[in-house]
Amino acid sequence: MSTSYLIKNVAVLGGTPSDLLLQDGVIRDAADAPADAEVIDATGLIALPGLVDLHTHLREPGREDAETVDTGTQAAALGGFTAVFAMANTEPVADTAGVVEQVWRLGREAGHCDVYPIGAVTVGLQGERLAELGAMADSAARVRVFSDDGKCVSDAVLMRRALEYVKAFDGVIAQHAQEPRLTEGAQMNEGELSGRLGLAGWPAVAEEAIIARDVLLAEHVGSRLHVCHVSTAGSVDIVRWAKSKGVDVTAEACPHHLLLTDQLAATYDPIYKVNPPLRSQTDVEALRAGLADGTIDIVATDHAPHPHEDKDCEWAAAAFGMIGLETALSIVQQTMVDAGLLDWAGVAERMSYAPARIGRVAEHGRPIEVGEPANVVLYDPAATRTVDPSESASLSRNTPYRGMELPGRVVATFLRGKATVLDGKLA
Amino acid sequence: MKRHLLSAADLSRDDAELVLTTADEMRSLADRPIKKLPALRGRTVVNLFFEDSTRTRISFEAAAKRLSADVINFSAKGSSLSKGESLKDTALTLEAMGADAVVVRHGSSGAPHLLAHSGWVRSSVVNAGDGTHEHPTQALLDAFTMWKHLGESKPGGLEGRKVAIVGDVLHSRVARSNALLLQTLGAEVTLVAPPTLLPVGIEGWPVETSYDLDSVLPKADAVMMLRVQRERMHGGFFPTAREYSRRYGLDGKRMAMLQDHTIVMHPGPMVRGMEITADVADSDRSVIVEQVTNGVAVRMAVLYLLLGGSEPAVGGEE
Repeated sequence: MSTSYLIKNVAVLGGTPSDLLLQDGVIRDAADAPADAEVIDATGLIALPGLVDLHTHLREPGREDAETVDTGTQAAALGGFTAVFAMANTEPVADTAGVVEQVWRLGREAGHCDVYPIGAVTVGLQGERLAELGAMADSAARVRVFSDDGKCVSDAVLMRRALEYVKAFDGVIAQHAQEPRLTEGAQMNEGELSGRLGLAGWPAVAEEAIIARDVLLAEHVGSRLHVCHVSTAGSVDIVRWAKSKGVDVTAEACPHHLLLTDQLAATYDPIYKVNPPLRSQTDVEALRAGLADGTIDIVATDHAPHPHEDKDCEWAAAAFGMIGLETALSIVQQTMVDAGLLDWAGVAERMSYAPARIGRVAEHGRPIEVGEPANVVLYDPAATRTVDPSESASLSRNTPYRGMELPGRVVATFLRGKATVLDGKLA
Repeated sequence: MKRHLLSAADLSRDDAELVLTTADEMRSLADRPIKKLPALRGRTVVNLFFEDSTRTRISFEAAAKRLSADVINFSAKGSSLSKGESLKDTALTLEAMGADAVVVRHGSSGAPHLLAHSGWVRSSVVNAGDGTHEHPTQALLDAFTMWKHLGESKPGGLEGRKVAIVGDVLHSRVARSNALLLQTLGAEVTLVAPPTLLPVGIEGWPVETSYDLDSVLPKADAVMMLRVQRERMHGGFFPTAREYSRRYGLDGKRMAMLQDHTIVMHPGPMVRGMEITADVADSDRSVIVEQVTNGVAVRMAVLYLLLGGSEPAVGGEE
């Protein structure tokens, strides 16, 4: 008999405090709480549906020195996530049913949150021919999201075929929008600062040109498109236009793009090196506005762990990416909720309901109501904390928020009624 | 002065003029029978060169030796650097050997900055050229050369002087450092290049820009031609070498447009026939060889000032 939890006085989506009973994996009427239920006093806490991250790099198989499914999902649980989608750029690449099933099983064994593997669009992420998308869709991992993330499906014909092909099993292509020729050797946002620092520029147009092409392709073939890590004001405008035309496109923004700007590159500290790069303050504000008005559907972390030596070197030699599972909700609170741009119901939509819908996962992203799966996170928005990389559950330490004071704290996370995090620690 | 020289922007106007006047004293040494000062006796200067650069390394080596410093040359080829050792481990090794100053040339922009701020070494770091970022001692020697010719070797001597820097600004660390330093010294800089070889956002730099060399030349007091690297010719930045030369090369015909006092400069190595013709490079206006001579004096001044020389470097007899 598993433990039941009676959560007292919790503000669901920041609303009027009430009680919640989590029993046998589902949410039940608190009035029916058994006498032996474990009582959690949640006064001052809010309840959100378990968060869903559509964009996580778990690095296993292949780079277990950077992250494993076990450690990455621990970080996810501590960040309030009950489901993560694991990107395909592992070694070997997740481009066959065998690899996606392996990742899926590792997630089940770890048990900290549900792991949904993303399949590669093309064999070996090489952008030359389609991987066996149908085999991955039909596998035990039930893949619905396909992405060559880290690389762009830049060939227009291949992208068209991929968009068409996945319609057979209601899949979606999640595009890493980066025109490769415009970004050869690119190191940071192209602008006045890149010129001064002598770092090769990654122009906004290299992202926007691909998004513009892809929304037109998606419209033409009547397919579903998801745009990964939108980073520029122009991209927000294109997605907004495409949605106004009825194109079936969704888009994500990453927490770091909602908070940080390219000015940090002036430190030459590659902790701030990420792809797509940190952009200007104008871009940051456009992303926040787009996330607020729904042009950008979701927040996804692009949690990208790297071992210390891959960041402890000169900028051009360093790896792209930053970790972000444990800080995502705090950054959304700071940049969106505390800024008055989004309420907690909006956060639930952007970080739970919508990513689950896009990923076609029925058991996550459900409202906190009687009869629904007991995937719940308890969060203290009044808390503050100073980010200490050494406290991360991730194997990697490449957080750009070191030493920053961030609002909020995940107090508890429940996956199907089982606590994965209690009192801010792994249960 | 700050402890490191990473960017020309690290120098205030007073700092920059102190380097120029100190370099002037250092240069007078060349006329003495014994061309050596004891100023840095017992100090160690490491030349850490991750890129080939014979001329810059030799210039720093000569500068350090004339100040009586011990010099260690550490270059990429044939060393552990070519075996995949990281910048960090190289730095830790040098630190363990006790370097007072590290002169670093590196292909990655920001590598000297990293070396200075990482905590790996305690020594002063001098940027001897990093990627497409900066080359501040080149800018100092260029400014020194202009100051001798156009500025009467006096503080404020470059105020209002017009300098045209012509060529591959996009990839040029020399252009970046020169633009910053000359602006600090009060000169007016115009960068001249085809639009493909000017960085995005250059409107924010403290310089004028032009695509038209012929309109800039008659007003210039100094014309600095930048090297166009051979690999750029295949990067699609301009159609052909011949077209580049026709539009942006300095030949005898264009030289005739210059004012009588105007000097012609080049940081070297030159591609004769590409950005500059032989008759211009070898003309009376050309101060290219003098730039090299001045390079040693300027680097002596920089090492001397960074390593804490507070008394006048030259003057007191031995």
